[in-house]
Amino acid sequence: MTHLLEVQDLVVKFGLRSGDLTALNGINFTLNPGERMGLVGESGAGKSVAGFSIINLISRPGFIASGRVLFEGEEISAYPLEQMRGIRGNRISMIFQDPMMTLNPVLTIGTQMVETIQAHNQVSAAHAREIALEKLQKVYISSPGKRLGQYPHELSGGMRQRVVIAISLLTNPSLIIADEPTTALDVTIQAEVMALLLELCKHEHMGLILITHDLGVVSQVTEKIAVMYAGRIVEQGPTTDIVTNPRHPYTKGLIQALPQGGSGRGRLHQIPGMMPNLTSIPPGCAFHPRCEQAMDICRRETPRLFGDAEHSGLVACHLYSQSR
Amino acid sequence: MRLWKQFRGSYFLYSFLHDPVAMGSFIILTLLTLSAFGAPVIAPHDPYDTTTINIMDSEIPPMWMENGDQNFSLGTDAQGRDMLSTMLYGMRISLIIGVGATFLQAVIGIVLGLIAGYKGGKIDNFLMRMADVQLSFSTLMVAIFLSAIFQAIFGVAAFESMAVPFLVLVIGIAEWPQYARTVRASVLAEKKKEYVEAARVMGLPANRIMWRHILPNTMSPILVLSTVQVAHAIMSEAALSFLGLGMPITKPSLGSLINSGFDYIFSGSWWITMFPGFLLVLLILVINLLGDWVQDVLNPKLYKG
Amino acid sequence: MTDSKSLVRISNVVKHFDISGGFLDRISFSGGMPALTTTTVKAINDVSLDIAQGEILSVVGESGCGKSTLGRTVLGLYPPTSGEIAFRGQRIDNLSPKEMLPYRRKMQMVFQDPYASLNPRMTVRQILEEPTHFHFPELSGSQVQDKVAEVMRQVGVDPAWAGRFPHEFSGGQRQRISIARALMVDPEFIVADEPISALDVSIQAQILNLIMDCQERFGLTYMFITHDLSVVEHISTRVAVMYLGTLCELADKKSLYGDPQHPYSRALLSAIPKLGAKGFAHIRLKGEVPTPIHLPTGCVFHTRCPFVEERCRREIPKLLTRPNGSQAACHALEEGQI
Repeated sequence: MTHLLEVQDLVVKFGLRSGDLTALNGINFTLNPGERMGLVGESGAGKSVAGFSIINLISRPGFIASGRVLFEGEEISAYPLEQMRGIRGNRISMIFQDPMMTLNPVLTIGTQMVETIQAHNQVSAAHAREIALEKLQKVYISSPGKRLGQYPHELSGGMRQRVVIAISLLTNPSLIIADEPTTALDVTIQAEVMALLLELCKHEHMGLILITHDLGVVSQVTEKIAVMYAGRIVEQGPTTDIVTNPRHPYTKGLIQALPQGGSGRGRLHQIPGMMPNLTSIPPGCAFHPRCEQAMDICRRETPRLFGDAEHSGLVACHLYSQSR
Repeated sequence: MRLWKQFRGSYFLYSFLHDPVAMGSFIILTLLTLSAFGAPVIAPHDPYDTTTINIMDSEIPPMWMENGDQNFSLGTDAQGRDMLSTMLYGMRISLIIGVGATFLQAVIGIVLGLIAGYKGGKIDNFLMRMADVQLSFSTLMVAIFLSAIFQAIFGVAAFESMAVPFLVLVIGIAEWPQYARTVRASVLAEKKKEYVEAARVMGLPANRIMWRHILPNTMSPILVLSTVQVAHAIMSEAALSFLGLGMPITKPSLGSLINSGFDYIFSGSWWITMFPGFLLVLLILVINLLGDWVQDVLNPKLYKG
Repeated sequence: MTDSKSLVRISNVVKHFDISGGFLDRISFSGGMPALTTTTVKAINDVSLDIAQGEILSVVGESGCGKSTLGRTVLGLYPPTSGEIAFRGQRIDNLSPKEMLPYRRKMQMVFQDPYASLNPRMTVRQILEEPTHFHFPELSGSQVQDKVAEVMRQVGVDPAWAGRFPHEFSGGQRQRISIARALMVDPEFIVADEPISALDVSIQAQILNLIMDCQERFGLTYMFITHDLSVVEHISTRVAVMYLGTLCELADKKSLYGDPQHPYSRALLSAIPKLGAKGFAHIRLKGEVPTPIHLPTGCVFHTRCPFVEERCRREIPKLLTRPNGSQAACHALEEGQI
């Protein structure tokens, strides 16, 4: 079976006046059809860059320096712009954090949906409208007919995000990339929208890459997780394993820093320091200055992602390679 | 010292050094300003000293043409004054009036804009309506009106000696609404920010918040506006002088020089109008180009903190 | 009843904002006749709360519930439309700016946005010295400088960086500086409006620990405004749940998380993403959040409540004490139906 998505050694750099900055330093992962994956990390880790570069949406000064992205067997990272247009919004859809990045404030919902459909399919406007209505119903929007005539500002934040999800479904894509889709929403609305996304992915057999910093949401929605730090994947594996039994010190620290992470009363466990600026990534393992268990080798050698027979996941940490 | 270091490493300086138009304009503007204010030193003749002016020297063409004179490199005007010297002194007057009027507008406009923006309500309404009224009077109309009255009351001679402050006043008062509106818009945006709320929670008085906290954060739009307004003020003064309402012929600015030479274009002495004309265009052009660059550099959307 | 331990008392506070606009904006046509309409945002609708000395009272709710407005009204940034705010028994909402000055020292605020809450044109030293000079004019220049260095150390920012500008610091450090600014005047009460929402997860833990340390060290009382319920569970003494400007439930932490009473609290708590859970088992609420401009009649929650009945549409429920000690405003609860 061909993987739905294969990212091989992807390196993305930003060309600034002071030199090239490496935002993504060789990431690898695969996704099977209908599989849901979470890309987790804090700001500056490179997870959004990863999401954008899959569909080659990185604009100058960013560029893909090396590596490949294979979608349904085709190397889309090498596609010219015209061909890429046939993939984006068509077979791979993207959902952004701010619905207003997708929705044009001066066009009605209906206009935008019909436009999207007709951009990828030769159908009449009336037929396109029917498809739009059907998708709005799929996302449980009340009175969909009325909504088609409304403008984005007339809808609430949660509804807008649902419309964005509906738009992403219009072309029956095989993969959805969602970049922090519910971070800006209230807790109850977030639960609704994420539950909806989960249901749709299962029902329509779509793959999902969920980019977020929220470990709670990721654990409820995804089947596997990749944890990113300073442009690299430091741990990846099945969601349940990673959440209940994290191995990499950063993942452990993240989970323990959560108020529900089990520190009980009193002080929260905190990871000292901050994620390094991309201009000054420490040598060796990028996490070593903040790691309580750093060893001498961590300062010199960058650990590679590897797995062993006991665990189904991979981890990039000398603690585990030592014990081999 | 820190400030200098900050400046050296800043995007502002970097962008400047990499933008040939900006650097070129800045160099030209500096040269023009230095020559204008160094006029008493570098000008070959003194156009205000009537004893050195000989009517027999009038309308001599520039030195590279036939009938030209080495003494008068760009020729002379209808009264026998050396073009080059008169242009240098004239540019000095244009710059003084341009910068002076802009300064006056800025002071009035910033104060009123700050108060209107911060206080809001009736005060805001009142000040903005006053600004609207001011804007509906064109600068030229006001200048014509006021200068006619002035000359009627005090006589032409008094007008001539007071011409520079008079023009600074007229142009300054005519254009304060530009500053007021810009500053008010900035203040309205800054007022919502949390550091202003923090200052209010701290109990700081309104005046202090306006001047010490908000005003420094409105400097970017003020700077951009100022470059435009200086150019605009110089143009306004030139226009007024061209119409005969500005600088008198005895103390000419570039505009009045252009005016005085106008009648002579068709009789062949084109240089009396053309040279001051070119100089005026060059001056305004470099100010505008520099202003464009400042606007791009300070545009928060184009550059990040 | 006067509670002698109550530091801040909020009594029947109502705050409405008139956003009608100018005269011309308000003209509309209804039934063929021109009429003047007024639009008000009813941000806070009759809220009463006591904050005891030394406690951390968290005010939680989703966007539009009025929690931020409540915090600002308590500090006098907005005058209440009606109702009273009292500090140590002294009414403060009707004082002149001059009379308010000594209270300003005692009541401070930490804001949500680390980028907008510090003046970009002032150095950290200026930001921290200004309130000190203002409230303690008797201190000499060097005494103030010493204090600045000491407070910076307490919040974990190197005093050597006092000459830098805010944009040179990270989000977490800026938030520490904001906290330092509040601490410079030796306050007793701090309103923290979503102080960690804009920060990364690992930094959130640091700042939260700092806030708790300061409470212990300086005996501070907090009104902690947030939408993050897991944070609330960790640090609060008591929790107030708000919806559309109304207090739904007021309970101590254990009671709220162990035995939530009000239907909205129950739905809110069920929606918290849980580490290790699979899928979604949250209580589903019908409909969308109404806007505070057109407040539902009776109980503001009735349009979305799974237990709604006729009485809820007509009558605003009162805050009543429940068997477990919590206070909740719900008719169904009162009638013993849920």
